[in-house]
Amino acid sequence: MTDDTDNRRRHFLGVATGVMGLVGVGFVAYPFLASWRPSARAMALGAPVEIDVSRLEIGGLIKVEWRGTPVWVLRRSQDMLETLTLPEVVNGLRDPESRQSEQPEYARNTHRSVREEFLVLIGSCTHLGCAPLERFEVAPADLGPDWRGGFFCPCHGSTFDLAGRVYAGVPAPTNLVVPPYTFRDDNTIVVGLDTEV
Amino acid sequence: MSATQPEVSRKLGAAGRLNEWVNARFPLQKLLAEHITEYYASKNLNFWYGFGVLSMFVLVIMIVSGIFLTMSYKPSATEAFASVEYIMRDVEYGWLIRYIHSTGASAFFIVVYLHMFRALLYGSYKKPRELVWILGMLIYLALMAEAFFGYMLPWGQMSYWGAQVIISLFGALPLIGEPLVEWIRGDFFISDITLNRFFALHVIALPLVLVFLVVLHIIALHEVGSSNPDGVEIKENKDARGIPVDGVAFHPYHTYKDVVYITIFLILFSLVVFFAPTAGGYFLETANFDPADPLVTPEKIHPVWYFTPFYAILRAVPDKLGGVILMGAAVMVLFFLPWLDRCKVKSIRYRGWQYKTALGLFTVSFVVLGWLGLMPATGFYLLLTQIFTIIYFAFFLFMPIYTSMEKPKPVPERVVYHA
Repeated sequence: MTDDTDNRRRHFLGVATGVMGLVGVGFVAYPFLASWRPSARAMALGAPVEIDVSRLEIGGLIKVEWRGTPVWVLRRSQDMLETLTLPEVVNGLRDPESRQSEQPEYARNTHRSVREEFLVLIGSCTHLGCAPLERFEVAPADLGPDWRGGFFCPCHGSTFDLAGRVYAGVPAPTNLVVPPYTFRDDNTIVVGLDTEV
Repeated sequence: MSATQPEVSRKLGAAGRLNEWVNARFPLQKLLAEHITEYYASKNLNFWYGFGVLSMFVLVIMIVSGIFLTMSYKPSATEAFASVEYIMRDVEYGWLIRYIHSTGASAFFIVVYLHMFRALLYGSYKKPRELVWILGMLIYLALMAEAFFGYMLPWGQMSYWGAQVIISLFGALPLIGEPLVEWIRGDFFISDITLNRFFALHVIALPLVLVFLVVLHIIALHEVGSSNPDGVEIKENKDARGIPVDGVAFHPYHTYKDVVYITIFLILFSLVVFFAPTAGGYFLETANFDPADPLVTPEKIHPVWYFTPFYAILRAVPDKLGGVILMGAAVMVLFFLPWLDRCKVKSIRYRGWQYKTALGLFTVSFVVLGWLGLMPATGFYLLLTQIFTIIYFAFFLFMPIYTSMEKPKPVPERVVYHA
């Protein structure tokens, strides 16, 4: 063997083989990574859920499961709706107009709902996913004299008003999420389908 | 070396011939010599140097007990909780195997944290051992992932909600956050699908990674040699045969000492396994004795004790993304330790007051943050969390400054033996 090796050619072939190999690895990796996405069955189980609200009393809250997360429907009384515009509530909110928060366009309003009366929320704190508690009483000892009713997360102390709007100075970054929903008729809410505007 | 010479071994009979046959085909003698009988570590290693061997010992305990748990455990959302109860009640000695595994998880972190603290005391991360440190940090990361996946498997309330909190941390990332969370879960919520894949990661993927990294850690360590409490490089002072004068062979000198450490460890370990397997709710949390319920959050959510220092840091800032970044930084900053420390002297015995004070404050802040991670993040606790988070980061961020101001004491030529 003499030193007549074409090193440039050898180097080129080596690099070309390596690059082709990497492309192959990329193609093979794709199905494995994609296998982690929600399966067809998981997608099917994530189908819309119907909620009958005809027997929900005023001031009452029902919880149903949709895609494994709790969805809350709160039938707000007139008193409850009035708290949403009180200055001691609005001035304390981080995002009173829901600009940075997640909700369908049709729920981006003061009451954060399609119909004023019915508030539909994902009952999972926007901080780290704990379930907030309903604290509808006015000015309880632990939440202070300015509390006008709302939701309190026991994990890290985030507070929300009766439209699920987050107060400032708590760990939760945004208002509680409003899921896509629509009214099939006066008494039936379908969670998972959007309201036609 | 000499043992492989054919003239000698032929006189040794069958065992000798087998030895010769093997070594002609596999470097058994060479491997044993290089890593055990002719690996020279400093003669003055104190008990702090026992935690490396103990970490490996616990890894073996976890793998063996884990294999046996896998034989009776069912990784499905409907069966997981019941199968753990089945192991505890119906499987012969199932309770023992499970308590060994659950106590082992906490024991693993205790010995690993002490092993890492040893490195901080004696500068084991410094040149030429930077890669030993980095490989060790990778083991620590893999261990945290392994512990997290394992904690989910009993499918109790704390398993479920702990996983919910940790997985949703990824959701704080801008843009890719939500799709990433969905990809990790494989569902719209933490479900059977998530449990099943975490089981696969816990019993196959991460143990393989851990064992592989441990092998690399040891190869790197044996290349550069173990540090010692004096921070003297024993390889710089060799005798005529090329053996460090301050070194003694790993076997039998260090192995026999390690047997004592393992015995003491097993006494303490057994005390927990047999008399306090839940360790007052710290090793096995009370909330985890209820099956997972996606609709009800437990009163208090916090991770197991070994994650609480970082969990406290996560909650130190009232901003989700900020908290996540800070928590990630608290772990990742450890990787840079070899380059943040500017002092040439390794051992705390000869270092200046600056590093001693800083290390003391850091240790206190780590322990206090661990306690704060179990407390609610409100009012006074939050203030304390913020103060100690600042101390935690100050240890690293100001390290290049205070370590270059140090006036260390003179380091001896040879190791000092403290009887």
